[in-house]
Amino acid sequence: MAKILKPDELTQINFEPPRTGWMNTPVEFRPGTWCYSAAPKNLKYLDLPNPREWQPSDADWKLPANWKEIILEGFKERLEKYRSFRLFMDICVRCGACADKCHFFIGSGDPKNMPVLRAELLRSVYRRYFTTSGKIMGKLGGARELTVDVLKEWFYYFYQCTACRRCSVFCPYGIDQAEITMIGRELLNLVGCNINWIIEPAANCFRTGNHLGLQPHAIKDMLDFFADDIEDRTGIRVEVPINKKGAEILFVTPSGDLFADPGTFTCMGYLMLFHEIGLDYTWSTYASEGGNFGLFSSHELMKRLNAKIYDEARRLGVKWILGGECGHMWRVLHQYMDTMNGPADFLEEPVSPLTGTKFENARSTKMVHITEFTADLIRHNQLQLDPSRNDRLKVTFHDSCNPARAMGLFEEPRYVIKKVCNHFYEMPENTIREQTFCCGGGAGLGTDENMEMRMRGGFPRANAVKFVQEKHGVNRLACICAIDRATLHSLMEYWVPGVEVTGVHEMVANALMMKGEKERTTDLRGQPLQKMEGSEDV
Amino acid sequence: MNVWFSLLAVIILVLIPLGAVGGASLGYLFGIVIPYTAFGAFLCGFIYRVFQWGRSPVPFRIPTTCGQQKSLPWIKASFFDNPSNGVGVFGRMALEILLFRSLFRNTKVELMGQRPVYGGAKWLWLAGLTFHWSFLFVLLRHLRFFTTPMPSWVDILTKMDGFFEVGVPTLFLTDAALLLAVAYLFLRRVVIPQLRYISLPADYFPLFLILGVVLSGILMRHFYKVDLFRVKELASGWFRFTPVVPDGIGLPFYVHLFLVCVLLAYFPMSKLMHMGGVFLSPTRNLANNSRTRRHINPWNYPVKVHTYEEYEDEFRDKMKAAGLPVEKE
Repeated sequence: MAKILKPDELTQINFEPPRTGWMNTPVEFRPGTWCYSAAPKNLKYLDLPNPREWQPSDADWKLPANWKEIILEGFKERLEKYRSFRLFMDICVRCGACADKCHFFIGSGDPKNMPVLRAELLRSVYRRYFTTSGKIMGKLGGARELTVDVLKEWFYYFYQCTACRRCSVFCPYGIDQAEITMIGRELLNLVGCNINWIIEPAANCFRTGNHLGLQPHAIKDMLDFFADDIEDRTGIRVEVPINKKGAEILFVTPSGDLFADPGTFTCMGYLMLFHEIGLDYTWSTYASEGGNFGLFSSHELMKRLNAKIYDEARRLGVKWILGGECGHMWRVLHQYMDTMNGPADFLEEPVSPLTGTKFENARSTKMVHITEFTADLIRHNQLQLDPSRNDRLKVTFHDSCNPARAMGLFEEPRYVIKKVCNHFYEMPENTIREQTFCCGGGAGLGTDENMEMRMRGGFPRANAVKFVQEKHGVNRLACICAIDRATLHSLMEYWVPGVEVTGVHEMVANALMMKGEKERTTDLRGQPLQKMEGSEDV
Repeated sequence: MNVWFSLLAVIILVLIPLGAVGGASLGYLFGIVIPYTAFGAFLCGFIYRVFQWGRSPVPFRIPTTCGQQKSLPWIKASFFDNPSNGVGVFGRMALEILLFRSLFRNTKVELMGQRPVYGGAKWLWLAGLTFHWSFLFVLLRHLRFFTTPMPSWVDILTKMDGFFEVGVPTLFLTDAALLLAVAYLFLRRVVIPQLRYISLPADYFPLFLILGVVLSGILMRHFYKVDLFRVKELASGWFRFTPVVPDGIGLPFYVHLFLVCVLLAYFPMSKLMHMGGVFLSPTRNLANNSRTRRHINPWNYPVKVHTYEEYEDEFRDKMKAAGLPVEKE
């Protein structure tokens, strides 16, 4: 891991572009701003092209001899397959409205992180090989040759985009950099230029069902361990149904919740909630992952990984599927799953067994978001809640990019949070809801060798948190995304010490008054519930 | 460099009809052949480009949403910003196309004491909106040259546009607005460093070209007056497909007309096609209902998956040891 600068060194940001034109400024692979290449074994496991030992900092990337043909052929194929791609190559007027909307640009000042320019990296090649004017006019027409340097530039910048889509909110034509980045990454994947932080989780997911490579018995161990912890805190032994045939609901959540704090507390939250309402549900070890790292490399890999969820729902004979707190997972489930791996006609339209509410907005996919489900429970007074148990917390909410901009899931989590805690504060207007800022580590970039770029990219998010920390004393940052729970932690540590990260259902579980529970003295983290006089503020 | 190249290109374009002064074929070439060719190129090019986009399918529903989804009945959904049906989509597109709603959201980031601060930035929206609406009005006003009798709404429009009766002949408000907007759009490209950095010749050239069209138009109306009756004679001839070139229209007219022709011919091969493209953008023109309705990907194909059977085969012993149910003992 490269040495990371101190916060006040990192904020010496210069928005002034360099003197040399962008076509003549080759990329420099500075340590701390890129991710390691994918290990050959992971590529082989997924049958992906050109497995080999290499690193992006090498001069020779060991590309296949016909790499240029492969890329151009792939380019053409995608222009014919995606109207979005073809259109986004053609209609940008470079008005610059997107330029200062990208968290990586704000945090780094690198002009190629302006979404418009990041897209131009592809567009310039598009013009040269696929438009008449570009073929004739060359550089004057904004066209340029596809060279190894251009390919390296693609790699550097397409793996410096978290596909958060904030830029598309401001674009007058809705040009979506996430779509362009996805295609750019697909092209790179065709010649084996991928990063390990994406391909290894994808390979794991393919084999074991989840990113972390947790085998079935390990999943059971983890869940049992959580059940022990819950018993310790509440005196109640929750049941953990796994691979249970004939359950009413299949529950799918990102595997990060099984493994890393603070996701584990969110996971305990799910277990407690489901136990308390007596939900007939099951976990699956085969479909033990909601998050889909395929989304970060290619549509095809996304489909291959996503297929497990419907397959498992069919095998177990459930009625519908409930999905946990996760960002990218919901982008795939919402926008791709039904089209790619549907129709889900073997399932039933989701109905809450407790309230009878029909989730009509999930009529076709048959998959409901946990905050939709819980908000409905609370609305129908199905839960006994004591929000004062979260009184130590001053909470703000981070709209995770994908549920926010792909779905428009804004009110459900806010409704839940406001019912389970008494102190909730919004971050400034231009940094929440559809204008929310990315954590800086999404789309597979949340690895430590990329730490400088993560801290730069997360700077706008952190800065907004810092604002409410100073104004309202906020000490908890709630989110509904596993990548957030993994990456916001280091972001807060770096930029806003004193703010901890939490999932929404951790707070639900803290406030949840369970039938027959013992008097609770600590929250799920084992911290005392009531703030004692003179005790250390967290 | 990009600026100078574009400016030079437009200057040459102005010089072409000027240089052809006195040439015997001036009227026929610049008054008939070039306009017909340019209009044909515009029409065919425009249709071809839209057709080309239309040929690529939209495999996935990928709308970008800017408001609350339609979910539980007691949660108020954002009807236009996160449309769940066709009416909402129509509204969203109308707001986008008529009022430039996305640009209205524009903000500007500034570092204040090493912290980013987001302020409003509506100038681009205002200039963009002024530019496009003025252009449309100017275009519609030109109908008075093409139609006999002139529809009354064109007359009303023209009168409204000259409402303040500044100067003789009256200065049209839209002419002034268009000029100001183009100047602003050009200046921001040159003055703002990031914008200068991303700007290609293809960004400056149309601005200069449009500036040339507007200036030549204004010059013709207010300074080097041309004979409007003869202009109308020529223009209505185009539409009857029996064009005759009247004598003595005046050179400024041919400069104006030639620049317009270049603009028309250039249109389909340039970024100006955003005019057609904005209607087709899948992030804006689709309803956010992918969980409600199934959408079909026309090129969907089977992929290699890791089946449950393969999974259980690998992990059966461990599953059994952990007490997890298995399909095959």
